Order: sequence, then C-alpha cells, then structure tokens
Amino acid sequence: MTGDRTADITGVGVSPGVGAGPVRAMVARVPEPPAGQRLDGDAEAAKRAAAEAFEAVGADLDARAASAVERDRAEAAEVLSAQAMMARDPGLAEVTARKIDEGTGTARAVHEAFGTFRELIAGAGGYMAGRVADLDDIRDRVLAVLTGAPMPGVPNSDEPFILVARDLAPADTALIDPAKILAFVTAEGGPTSHSAILARTMGLPAVVAAPGALEIPDGTRVLVDGATGVVTVDPGEAAVQRAEQAANALAGALSAASGPGRTADGKPVPLLANIGGPGDVPGALSHGAEGVGLFRTEFLFLDAATAPTMEAQVETYRAVLSAFGNGRVVVRTLDAGADKPLAFLPAGEEPNPALGERALRMMRHHPDMLDTQLRALAEAARGTSAQLWVMAPMVADADDAAYFVEAARAAGLSEDVAKVGVMVEIPAAALRARDIAGEVDFFSIGTNDLAQYTFAADRQLGSLARFQDPWQPALLDLIHEAAEAANRAGKSCGVCGEAAADPALACVLVGLGVSGLSMSAPALPLVRAVLGAHTVSQCMKAADAARRGTSADTARELARSALPRLSALGL
Amino acid sequence: MAERQVKVATDVGLHARPAAVFVQTAAVSENEVGLTKDGRRVNAKSILAVLGLDVRNGEEITIDSDDETVVNRLAGLVTDTGETGAPRNPR
Repeated sequence: MTGDRTADITGVGVSPGVGAGPVRAMVARVPEPPAGQRLDGDAEAAKRAAAEAFEAVGADLDARAASAVERDRAEAAEVLSAQAMMARDPGLAEVTARKIDEGTGTARAVHEAFGTFRELIAGAGGYMAGRVADLDDIRDRVLAVLTGAPMPGVPNSDEPFILVARDLAPADTALIDPAKILAFVTAEGGPTSHSAILARTMGLPAVVAAPGALEIPDGTRVLVDGATGVVTVDPGEAAVQRAEQAANALAGALSAASGPGRTADGKPVPLLANIGGPGDVPGALSHGAEGVGLFRTEFLFLDAATAPTMEAQVETYRAVLSAFGNGRVVVRTLDAGADKPLAFLPAGEEPNPALGERALRMMRHHPDMLDTQLRALAEAARGTSAQLWVMAPMVADADDAAYFVEAARAAGLSEDVAKVGVMVEIPAAALRARDIAGEVDFFSIGTNDLAQYTFAADRQLGSLARFQDPWQPALLDLIHEAAEAANRAGKSCGVCGEAAADPALACVLVGLGVSGLSMSAPALPLVRAVLGAHTVSQCMKAADAARRGTSADTARELARSALPRLSALGL
Repeated sequence: MAERQVKVATDVGLHARPAAVFVQTAAVSENEVGLTKDGRRVNAKSILAVLGLDVRNGEEITIDSDDETVVNRLAGLVTDTGETGAPRNPR
C-alpha cells in the first residue's frame, strides 16, 4: 500500500484478493427529458429515430441474452429475452408515435409512452413490481441511445475493469461477466449485502461501504485490496506488484492451511469457535472449527418467560455436542445478572451491574437453577462422543472455583464425563491463578471482560474503546500470569475473547503459553494460516517483544517485527 | 372473425414465461389479435399490455382474431398446463 494519500479510499474488505485496473462506474439513471419538451423538426424523422432506438435496445438485449446462454446463465437469459420483447413492444411504439404527432419532443414522447405502461403494470401490483424495474431499465436504455447519454447498467467494455457502483442489485449482477471484472467497489452495502455475497461466490475481490468511490472519475486506475478494504487511487506499478504478491501468498497460505491448528513446527493449538446456540454450528463447521471453545447458553434463558426445562436444555446441548464428533465443546453456564436480566428471576436494581451479582455470583443464590443446567449437561453428554468441558463465568477466587467444581461433580459431571473449569475474566483470578489452578481442570480467558475490569473501563462506552484494545500490555501480563499458572499445574488455558481472532495476537497468545484459541468462526481460516506460518519460538519472541511495549500500539509494532511472515502475507 | 373464451390454467396466469410465449405466438399472425379480460381488450402482440391486464390462474379471457389458427393456438397455450414452452408448429 502506498499509504496515507488522502485520495485513497477505505471501505470494508468483504472478499479477499487484489485487482488493479481502470474504473468503470455503473450508470444508475438517465436524466428525465424535461416535461413540455416540444418537437423540433420533422415528425416522421422523429418517429423513425424512436423506432430505431427501440430496435437497437432490443437487439442489444437479445445479444446479451445469447451471451448469457453461452455462459450457462439460463435465468439471466430469460430475463434479458423478456426485456428485449418489451423494448420491441408495438404498444410502446404506437403511444410514442401518437405523442410525437401531437408535437411532443422525441425523448419526452418515449419517456411518456413508458410512463403509460409503467402505470398499468405498477397497478397490477405484487409480482409485477419487479417488471416495473425492468421497464425503467429499458426506458433508460432507449433514452441513452436517443440522447447520447451514457448507457445505464453494468458497463460493456472489452478491457477488464473495476466495477464501481452505489450498490449492486440482483438484476445488475445477473448480467455480469466475471471475466471482464477485476474487482467490485460499492459506496453502500455491508458484508452481507448482495454485492459482497456475489463477489465471494465469483471469487472476485470486493470492497463495500466505501463512500467516495462514486467520485473516482471513469478510467482512473485503482488498486483494490479486498482483504484490507483499501482502494488506492493511481497506484504505482511497484505497489500493484507488492499487493498481488501478498494476495497470492495469502491465498496460498489460506488454501494450504487446513485441518487442526498447529504452529509451523507442529505444536497443536486447537482452533475452536464461539457460538451462541445450535444455529451457529453450521458456520463453525464450514470454517473448520475443531470444536467449540465458548458455547454461550444465555439464549435458552434470556427470552424465556419461565426457566427452561431440563429436557429442553438436554436437547439443545446434545444438538451441539453431537455435531462435533470427538471434538471439544466448552459450555459456559448461565451468565445473567443485572445487565442481562431474566424475566423469571428478577435481579435487584444495582448501581453498577457489571460489578454486581451476575453469572456465578447470581447462581450461588439460586443453586437449583445451576444444578438443573449442570445435570442437563451431564445427561446430554451421555451417548455422544464429544469431549464436554463445562466452565463458570465471573469466578473471582479459589473459593468461587471450588464451589463450582463441587456443584458440577455433584450434578453428575464426574471426571470421566466432563472437565470442569472457570473463566478468567476478573483481574484477581488472573493474579492468583495459581490458587485456582489447583481446584479446576482448565482456564478459559475472556479477554473482553478482563480488559473491562483491568482498566475500570465500561466496554459499552465508545469513548473508552482504547482500553478494550487487547494489545494493552497490562492485559498481556495478566494473560501470561494465568497461562503460566495453568502450565505449571499441568492444566490447560485457552482464550475465548475476540483477542484470539487477531492473527498476530493469536501468535502472541500462543507465545504467552495459551494452549487453545476460540473465536467467531469467520476468523478461523486466517488465524490457522498465520499460526501455521510461525514456530513456537517465534511466537514466544513475539510475546516477549509485545510485553516490552508501553502501549497497545507499541506492543503491536514490537510483536509484528518478531513475526516475519505477517508482512509477506500482506497483513 | 374467430373468438374463444377460455379459463387460464397456467400456474402463473399470463405472466413471466407463459406471457412471453403467448405474445410471441400472437406476433406470428399477420392479423390483429385481441385479448379481453373483464371487458378490457388489449393488443395481444404487446407484452406490456398483456402483463398490464394481470391475468391470473383460473380467470376467464377472450381471444379474438380474423386468423382462426392463431386463436386456437393461443387458447391451447393457456389451457394446456403441461406444455407452456415454445409455440407448437408456428406458421
């Protein structure tokens, strides 16, 4: 990337890869010919010009239909053939001719003729709404031929180009020839917009939500990076080459990195998914999750009028457990409280809900509810081969940990049924992890809450967002403390906060002694690739380097310099 | 002048593909072809007019033309639910 020139545009990268070439903007609308426009010249010549414009558009649409057939796009071909029929419609020609005879200007007469049918069709409602859009598109094409205005829709060009648009509708994209398009850039849209999905399906680099993209003049050369979301205007050849090399390296690393997570020198690091319910399982599996590192069970409770029955819980837990074969599924028991209130268990008003009676603290007052959940988990584990791990949120000290382990064992989660552990998200628990390690089978560090409590900074407050940066050296120290304590006691220590989703930080976490990483599923492939490109000793050096930083930014920079493969992958 | 009143049997009525096939078939005739629903008569060779009539499955329509062959062919198209594809044996 050439860096900070203000002309560059940053959006959201939604489909990785790079494309460089000239910009061609999609023309959305042809301006309406002014009302009251009068015919200037011979009516017969005007009628001929209109008829030729209808025919030219019909012929162009037929040609596009034929080319869609060649590309096996039957559905697109049918839409285009129907549009060609509309352009050649005798009714349109008739109404246009009559209006010209009445003295209306040619373009205006065409516009009004389309208006007549538009009203007729819009009046039919329902299914016909889509035909109105088709009709408007044909009208604009005919007007473009008549007036010499730029042709609307996806531009036709022999030279491959970067397609720039406000957003892309399905009707536009049905006509796209992927061989002619190097990348998409849209001013609007998000990661789940039609443009983004289409780009990923076609394997084209794409950047969405890039305001300013529409201001780039047609023909300008740009470099689009679909991973970083940066659109570089007028890039040098060297920048294009660097970007292409990095994209190739990244694509190679992503496709080569499959199977279980491991470092370049072969140390296994299980890569797991954070899920909120059985609905997230397919996404986790499709991104190659080896198991679940954080199964949040709140969804069973939060919207319910009454506490979920044991049977309902068993069914849900079993659905998740059976999806992962022999994999690990780490279930977090109910994390509710004043900030996440339950309809059937009113919590008192608290001045500081984040510091109040939530999660395990709340369950200690409602042991029956905790017992039901733990029994449901024990029951669900019967008959499935997954490794069940169960953990409590908001554990402050060894007493909390001992309470939870005792409750779990009493509920049937014996050592041969499940591992029992705790979340480390309170600084006290990290500082005295050695006391807790003796009580439990494992730790899982929740970096989001650990940051909130370490910096006394509400994670909901945007103005304090810098304290949520997981590269903060104080946070890294606490993670190190907890991981060391676990390792010394021969226990495992994972991370299940968003920190694990940052590929560079994932390496640092491994260097700090963390043994498993859990994150939102889409982050898994990149973390797998980057981890697989670095050795344990490189990760340890990066961890040491990061902890020498005095701020999140310096920690990040120092760690990056110890992770040589990052820049080669364009990260 | 031939005229036939028929009940439309195609699932989508006279929309989408059946409408396109209907209009293409009508266009083959050298004579004028009319389509009437609820007393409104339109040019059967105009896809826009036919779509604008919004003919649904189960509705009664009347087809008229001096060309009896095309009237019969069009009536066959809208009543034959099995075959909504290409017009058969156009002249």
